Amino acid sequence: MKHPPIQTTADDHRIAKLAAFAIALHMIEAVIPSPLPGVKPGIANIVTLYVLTQYGFATAAWVSILRVFASSLLLGQFLSPTFALSLGGAIISLLMLWLAMHLPKKHFSVVSLSILAAFAHIAGQLMIVRLWLIPHTSVSYLIPIFAIAALFFGVINGLITAKLLYNKASNKPEIPLL
Amino acid sequence: MLNLPHNLKYAIKTLRLGDWLIVAGSVIIIVYLFQTLWSSEHATKVQIRLGDKVYATYTLNQQRDIHVHGPIGTAVISIAQGKARFSKSPCHNQYCVHQGWLTRAGQAAICLPNQISLELIGENKPYDSLNY
Repeated sequence: MKHPPIQTTADDHRIAKLAAFAIALHMIEAVIPSPLPGVKPGIANIVTLYVLTQYGFATAAWVSILRVFASSLLLGQFLSPTFALSLGGAIISLLMLWLAMHLPKKHFSVVSLSILAAFAHIAGQLMIVRLWLIPHTSVSYLIPIFAIAALFFGVINGLITAKLLYNKASNKPEIPLL
Repeated sequence: MLNLPHNLKYAIKTLRLGDWLIVAGSVIIIVYLFQTLWSSEHATKVQIRLGDKVYATYTLNQQRDIHVHGPIGTAVISIAQGKARFSKSPCHNQYCVHQGWLTRAGQAAICLPNQISLELIGENKPYDSLNY
């Protein structure tokens, strides 16, 4: 049986390209050891934030969800608790971004979006942990640590995204030379 | 790119009023979380369990040694002004003794070979249950 060729649009190509960037960052992060399970910089979110600002929410959601699925397949975590945490965090961050993108641009830069998304991410993951994986209050002891990590990496990722957007706007090379 | 003073200046230039408010709000939330979740409540009592039963509960406001006869021998539990510990145990690995003094409510030391456990209890018990 012959299938009709799948028609792809320019949007599809762009989403695929950007998701590939996000997946690459996710892979890099996967090999960085973390002092505490769950504390990760989340550098792939730089791509989500960049895409949200440049191409809008729908593209950002596609890139983010594709990244979660593809990365979990590559890391052999598909449908594991790690995958559930990753997907849950991504979905709640996206919901937060969907609300936060309506904040007035005059006063709130992409750094705000980054911080809010980081907090939403960790809140979502903690809810999954509490309700499903470890139904016990002992995890609450770690919440302040996670919150500090969320603020710290939220600010850093936000600033990196702001820099990329600035370079894009002023026609500099988007990836600055190290 | 790793020029820190330059990056810091860039960061300060990039952040707008709303960003600063969100950072400040986050810091307040984090401080609040630390205060509520890391408040080390002082323990007032120690509960000793032997096997699946509560063997005894003692107030920590005293100084004494308690001898508990477990399945493999006698363990000595010391209580001293707000803290408690296993000070002697007949078990092979001595994990319970090496755990040292317990001071905060919710802390526990368990000696599996001898089926004895200590749990410190505060005014409000922070955990619903301890399963082992």
